[in-house]
Amino acid sequence: MKSLVKQIWQAPLSAQFGLAVIALYIFVAVFAPALAPYGETEVVGEGFAPWSGDYWLGTDNLGRDMYSRLLYGARNTVGIAFITTALAFLIGGLAGLVAAVKGGWVDQGLSRIVDVLMAIPQLIFALLILSVVGTTATSLILVIALLDATRVFRLARSVAMGVVTLDFVEAAKLRGEGLWWLITREVLPNTIAPLIAEFGLRFCFVFLFISALSFLGLGIQPPTADWGSMVRDNAILITFGDISPLLPAAAVAILTVGVNFVVDWMLHKSSGLKG
Amino acid sequence: MTITQNNDKTDLLLEIRDLRIAGHSEDAWQDIVKGIDLTLHRGEILGLIGESGAGKSTLGLAAMGYCKDGCKITGGQVRFDGEDLVGASEETLRRLRGVRIAYVAQSAAASFNPAHRLIDQHIEAALHHGVSDRATARAGAIELYRSLNMPDPEHIGERYPHQVSGGQLQRAMTAMAMACQPDLIIFDEPTTALDVTTQIEVLASIRAVVEKFGTAALYISHDLAVVAQMADRIMVLRHGKLVEEAETRQMLAAPQESYTQSLWAVRLFQTAPKPRPDAEVPLVELRNVTAGYGAKQVLEDVSFSVYKGQTVAVIGESGSGKSTTARVISGLLAPGSGEVRYNGEVLPGDYRKRDKDMLRKVQMIYQIPDTAINPRQTIGEIIGRPMKFYHGLGGSAVRTKVKELLQLVELDPDRFIDRRPAELSGGQKQRICIARALAAEPDFIICDEVTSALDQLVAEGILKLLNRVQEQFGVSYLFITHDVATVRAIADQVVVMQAGQVVDSGCRATIFTPPHQDYTDLLLSSEPEMDPDWLDKLLERRAVVAGA
Repeated sequence: MKSLVKQIWQAPLSAQFGLAVIALYIFVAVFAPALAPYGETEVVGEGFAPWSGDYWLGTDNLGRDMYSRLLYGARNTVGIAFITTALAFLIGGLAGLVAAVKGGWVDQGLSRIVDVLMAIPQLIFALLILSVVGTTATSLILVIALLDATRVFRLARSVAMGVVTLDFVEAAKLRGEGLWWLITREVLPNTIAPLIAEFGLRFCFVFLFISALSFLGLGIQPPTADWGSMVRDNAILITFGDISPLLPAAAVAILTVGVNFVVDWMLHKSSGLKG
Repeated sequence: MTITQNNDKTDLLLEIRDLRIAGHSEDAWQDIVKGIDLTLHRGEILGLIGESGAGKSTLGLAAMGYCKDGCKITGGQVRFDGEDLVGASEETLRRLRGVRIAYVAQSAAASFNPAHRLIDQHIEAALHHGVSDRATARAGAIELYRSLNMPDPEHIGERYPHQVSGGQLQRAMTAMAMACQPDLIIFDEPTTALDVTTQIEVLASIRAVVEKFGTAALYISHDLAVVAQMADRIMVLRHGKLVEEAETRQMLAAPQESYTQSLWAVRLFQTAPKPRPDAEVPLVELRNVTAGYGAKQVLEDVSFSVYKGQTVAVIGESGSGKSTTARVISGLLAPGSGEVRYNGEVLPGDYRKRDKDMLRKVQMIYQIPDTAINPRQTIGEIIGRPMKFYHGLGGSAVRTKVKELLQLVELDPDRFIDRRPAELSGGQKQRICIARALAAEPDFIICDEVTSALDQLVAEGILKLLNRVQEQFGVSYLFITHDVATVRAIADQVVVMQAGQVVDSGCRATIFTPPHQDYTDLLLSSEPEMDPDWLDKLLERRAVVAGA
C-alpha cells in the first residue's frame, strides 16, 4: 500500500490529474443524493429555464434541474459502464486465458465464435438485439458486455500466449497442475498489467457506447438521468446559443481524458519503460 | 590499411584514465565502473575478462563514448586518438562511430535488421559517412566476406539475416564492423552464443581479418580460454575495478591475484566417476525412440539408459536433438515410435496421461532460470508448491521444509523465503530451480543446459551443488549440454548426439581417452584450452587432416 501511494506521488502530472478526475467522479456518483439540490426526476420549474441562483445550470425540457440530473447521471452512466466493463473482462478475460492455456480445439472453437461476433458491426448488432429484447438496464449491460468481451478475449489471449510459452508454465504443467491453477496463479498474474490498462480504455469505450445508445433512444431509459439522453433532450437549446446541453457531453469527455491519462501511465509502467 | 594522422608522435590509440560510470537502480546511483585505466596501442588486441556485472561491457561501450540508458560517466577521460570522447558532441561521436570505431555485439541475430539484406546493412555506414560509393563499398563487402571464409562470398550478402546460420551471421557482423576499416573494434562476447565447433571458425576468421588489417581491438569475454587465443594482453575486471593486467602468456603462466587464480581453477573441478551398476534395471531407458515436430523428424532411433544414482551427459551441437530427447522423456513430446521405460515399465508418451506420482519422480531444471520461475510468486511459494501439491503438506510444515531446502542450496532461508525472483541473481535463481525440483523428492532430474547461461564461477558452484545433492539423495541426472568441460566435470556416462542420432556413447573415461570416434574428436578438440597457441595448433592439425 505504501508503494502505491509512492507510485502515485511519483506519477506524471497527467496521470495525477486523471486519478483526481476519476476520484471526483466516483465521489459524485456515490454521494449524488447528498450533493444534488433537487431530486433526479423532480420537476422543479419551467422548461428550459436559464442559469440562476436556484437552478445553477438551468432546467431541461421538462423543467427538471440540470445540475441535479448531471450529478445523478454520473451515478447511472458511470455505474452501468463499470458493471458492463467488469462483466466483459470476466467473460472475455477468462475465455482468452483458457484459450491460450488449453490451445488446440478449445482455442480454435472460442476464437472462431469471437470472429463471428466481431464480424458484425458493434453498434448495429447492439441496436438489433436491444430492439428485440427491450431496453432494460440488465439487457443493456449483458449485450454490451458480451460484445466487448470479444475485444477483451483477443487481448487476453494474445498476451497470455506469450506467457504460456515460458518455462515456468511448462514446469507447472509437468507438475500436473490443473487448468484453474495455471490460469489464476501462473498466467493471470503475469498478464494483469496490460489487462488493467485495457480495462481503463475499454471502460471509456463502453461509457461512450452507452451514451451513444442513449442518444439514439435505446440506452438508459427515461426518466433515469444519463448524459447521453440529456444531450439529446436538450439539443435544441444549442441553436439558441446556450451551452447547457453540452455540459453532459463535457462530463463524458473529461472522464474519458482522465481515464486515458491513467491508462497511458499504466501502459508505460507495464512496458518497463523508465522516465 | 588506415593512414594515421599522427603516427610519428605516438602509436597510442585509446587511453582511458580513471573512468567512472554510475548506473541508476533502485532510486540511487551506483558505481558500475570504479576508476579504470586502460591503454591500447594501434594494432593491439586487449582482452577484457570478468564475470557478469564486472563492468566489462559498460567499459567497452564507454570506449566509444557511449553509455547505456540509465548510466552516466561520472568522471575520467576516454581519449581516442588524442580526442576526449567524454562530453564530446554528438556530432564528433557520430563522425567516429562506425568509421573509426566499430562494435560487434554478442547477439548478431538481435543486431541485424531482419528486414534488410546483409550487404545493404554492411555498406550503410560507409555510404552514410561518404567514405565510399556504392559500387566500391559492395566490392569491399564481398572482399571481406571472402577474408572471413564465408561460403559463397559473392552472393551471401544478398541474403536476409534469418537465411544464414548463427556463426555466419556473427562473421557478417564482424565484416560489417570492418566495412570502413576502423582503427578500433570492440568485440563484446562475439562467440558466447555459438556452439564450440562454430566458435572455432568464427574465432579463426576474426583473428585472421584483424591481423590482416592491423586493427586494434577490445575483446570482451567471460571465457578465459577464448580470450587467450585472441588477445595480446589481458585485463581481469571485477566489481568495476581492475584486478590484474598482464601480457597473455605471462597471465596464463603465473596469475598473481587469488581471484584470477580462482578463474583458472574453475576447470579443475571433477567428480569421481561412479561405475555403472550392471545387473539392475535402468531407471530410465530409451528404446529406439523416433520423434519430431510435424513432418520434421528430429530424433532417429535414439537408445540409451540412465541408471540409479548416475549422471548421464548428452552432448551435441544445437540442432542435434538433445533438448528434444529431454522433451520426450518428460512427456512434452510423444515419440513417433519406440518407447521410454521407467524402472522397466513403459511410460505414456504424453505427460497428461501419466499419474501424479510419476510426474513427481521426473523433474526438470531449465537453461534460463529467469523464465523458469514465476516472477509474480515469492521464493517460498515457488518451492513450497510441489510439497503442497505432491505431498499434501500444509502451513508451517511447508515453510520449515522450504527453509531446509534453501539451506541445502546454500541460500540464507530467512533472507530469501519472502523475496521475489526479480531480486535474485542468475545463479541464485538457478539454485531456486534446483530447490523446486528437489521439493518434489524426485528420482530423476533432467538438467537442460543448466549452467550455460551462467558465469563460469557461478556455474561451477551449481555443478558442485548438483553433485552434493546426488551424493545425498541418490538422484539420477540427465545432463544436456554443449559444453565439453561440463561433461568432463560431472558425467558418469556420456552420450554424443549429432543430427538426431546417437553417434557415440560410453563411460567418461572411454569417451575422453583416445582413440575417439570422428565426431566426438571434433567436439572434444573444439573445446578451447588455456593455451595461447591452442587455436593455431588446432587449425594447423585440421589443415593437415583436410589436406591429407
